[in-house]
Amino acid sequence: MTETPVLDISNLTVDLPPGADRPKAVEGVGFDVRPHEIVCLVGESGSGKSVIAQTVMGLLPKTLKPSAGKVMLQGEDVLTAGAARLRELRCTRMSMIFQEPMTALNPVMTCGDQIDEVLRTHTQHDEAERRRRIRAILAQVRLPEPDRMIAAYPHQLSGGQRQRIMIAMALVLEPALLIADEPTTALDVTTQAQILELIKEIQRSHATGVLFITHDFGVVAEISHRVAVMQWGRLVEFGPTREVLSRPQHAYTRMLISSVPSMTPRVRSRRADAALVLETKTLGKTYISGGWLGRPTTVRAAEQVSVEVRRGETLGIVGESGSGKSTVARCIARLIEPSDGAILLGGSEIAHMGTGALRPHRRRIQIVFQDPYRSLNPRRTVGESIIEGPTNYGMARAAAFARARELMQLVKLDPLSLDRYPHQFSGGQRQRICIARALAMEPELLIADEAVSALDVSVQAQVLALLDEIRRKLELAMLFITHDLRVAAQVCDRVAVMHQGRVVEYGEAAEIFTRPGHDYTKALLAAAPGRSWEFGAFQGA
Amino acid sequence: MLAFIARRLLATIPVLGMVAVFVFLLLRLTPGDPAAVIAGDNANSQQVEEIREKLGLAQPLLTQFVIWAGKLLQGDFGESFFFKKTVAELITQRIEPTLALSFFTIVLAVLIAVPLGVIAAYKHDSWIDRGVMGFSVLGFSVPVFVIGYLLIYVFAIEWGVLPVQGYRRIAEGFWPFIERLILPSATLAVIYIALIARITRASVLEVLGEDYIRTAHAKGLTDRVVLMRHALRNAAVPIVTVIGIGIALLIGGVVVTESVYNIPGLGRLTVDAVLARDFPTIQAVILLFSVAYVLVNLLIDLSYTLLDPRIRY
Repeated sequence: MTETPVLDISNLTVDLPPGADRPKAVEGVGFDVRPHEIVCLVGESGSGKSVIAQTVMGLLPKTLKPSAGKVMLQGEDVLTAGAARLRELRCTRMSMIFQEPMTALNPVMTCGDQIDEVLRTHTQHDEAERRRRIRAILAQVRLPEPDRMIAAYPHQLSGGQRQRIMIAMALVLEPALLIADEPTTALDVTTQAQILELIKEIQRSHATGVLFITHDFGVVAEISHRVAVMQWGRLVEFGPTREVLSRPQHAYTRMLISSVPSMTPRVRSRRADAALVLETKTLGKTYISGGWLGRPTTVRAAEQVSVEVRRGETLGIVGESGSGKSTVARCIARLIEPSDGAILLGGSEIAHMGTGALRPHRRRIQIVFQDPYRSLNPRRTVGESIIEGPTNYGMARAAAFARARELMQLVKLDPLSLDRYPHQFSGGQRQRICIARALAMEPELLIADEAVSALDVSVQAQVLALLDEIRRKLELAMLFITHDLRVAAQVCDRVAVMHQGRVVEYGEAAEIFTRPGHDYTKALLAAAPGRSWEFGAFQGA
Repeated sequence: MLAFIARRLLATIPVLGMVAVFVFLLLRLTPGDPAAVIAGDNANSQQVEEIREKLGLAQPLLTQFVIWAGKLLQGDFGESFFFKKTVAELITQRIEPTLALSFFTIVLAVLIAVPLGVIAAYKHDSWIDRGVMGFSVLGFSVPVFVIGYLLIYVFAIEWGVLPVQGYRRIAEGFWPFIERLILPSATLAVIYIALIARITRASVLEVLGEDYIRTAHAKGLTDRVVLMRHALRNAAVPIVTVIGIGIALLIGGVVVTESVYNIPGLGRLTVDAVLARDFPTIQAVILLFSVAYVLVNLLIDLSYTLLDPRIRY
């Protein structure tokens, strides 16, 4: 453990441009990464963790300026290195992989060319040698059929394969330092598990030091040796992972760790005889595209989905991307028309109702979407957004505003801020506004489509508590769509696990989480990062 | 892909049919009598009537249309009322100057505008960027004929380096041919340079914010390589679209430019034919422009598949 660090950051300060919410993006930060070691840099959005990564790589936006400190990469200060020297260091000594492998790869270049570009830029190898190296690295990142991968464009690969290409590109020249900026956040949980495993494996075999940026304590527990916790541009805690997770010193670290939802489902009391609000019978949605002089292609987005939700109950639909969970939610809300099956909403069959007949039923189902930044009209005050639905159904403006004020209180926001615009609120506050907007319609069924996925853990915990409180107070039926097993374990009474358009397992949450029946459910649970760690059970506290 | 091309070509048939009906009716429903134009100022109504009879204009509209459309389907555009030639002959004579002018204009515009736009995007918010944008506003606002006469005044009259006007066939020698195309192409190109430079700048600027540009920098590539290899090709689809629209719009621009520089092309032919109420010629020229328009659009759509592997038909 006395090896010289690959990366040694000391007293780093990066200035923000005037007019930002704070003067420094990062202030007085210092930590190191040794060879053979994975250091996790954890923090919520805006904590400055990505700024550190960009500073090391020399990729900071022009408006951000490092003003103090040292960033030593194998003994060389990258802050004082010129542009040409920085270019030489990239990919040879330090490499970076990013969150979203789809957008991080050039869509119009083949994967082979993109890896080859690194070799052509930094080495004198001839084409045959470059080709040999590309094949070797592809084998190392466990990509099958190297020739197909080399010729493929990014969009022809799956998310996991794309991230493997990114990793191959980053590691082809065996850099001493790999910076991974949320590399698994955009991936499905089973893919995430594989990529984490790959990073661990490669890091072991290559003596690479890894700086792994994440917001997810599950991932931290899974892979890191040491962990650095950031808050508002400052490093609040740095130490060995087990130490920090079990005996956090700083209050912020404790709060963050306690906010991680537990994998153990909560058993909640509810009435078994509650009225049935929603029932779907063999619901299906098939997309057919093409036709006329071309071959039509058929995609079964959802098949044979039969679920029910009672008053005061939360049904979770859990699945990975492409499993059909959002398709089911959209069918139930009748944003799209299902191809077959029935949707019974309090006894009325709405699956194939026409636009006019559907209108009175629309208010009975409301949705809260994933991205609170994009689901509110930026040019309308939040008050206008909240009352739009009720006034559309004939409520007087004054009455609707009075109701909006009550709802703001219900979602724990200041009723006086109704005349503000969405950009004046934080992400968590916006999601509360979205919830208030949905509740303004007095729905019988509230659909939350990944409603907490875009939020930081601490905010996520608050919004989840709020949703649960509202469900209890208003005895709402709730349909909770999520990819996050931890979240599902905390809020759902019953769970339907979806895979490739079908419900593979359906039952009580407590049952499914403790005794999964279907192989896919088992795989899903096994892949959840940090599943063996009970977060928040601190020692010696 | 082939199915797509076949489908698109099939779809042009009703479009051209509608253009044919529309042009035919429009010409006949607007005031102005070709027979009167041909007969001249001193003719009496008896003579005008005879000419009308001879041109086939005395027949009912439907009969006229059926005759014209029938000939058209056999590839016969008919005979010009005014020029005493077949329309096909007229067009073959006039098409070379227009093609040459359009071609040089577009090549010139693309060669100047794309680099300008890329540099403006790269040097975003600098004086270069503002200069390029300022020029493009100017390019949009100044009418074609003003630019034309200005260029003639400076280059042909004051400096005497280029001919004032006229056209030489390429068969008469390459330099005389090129020499007479420089000013007209430059004149016509100004507005396209403005248009294409603007869209290139916007498009490249958007792409420069993408994640894969950050990846490219993280690979240690130089700015030039990032810009040319990664940014430009990703920005190409909107640029090519605008170039396509530009080619289509050229048809309008050509009319004025050919008049200013006295070039005997299709633009001039259109003007002359309209003034003489030469129905067969106008109909044929407009149909030809429509076909060109449809084909250019098809080519643009096909070029997308080369530029972006995600686009497949």
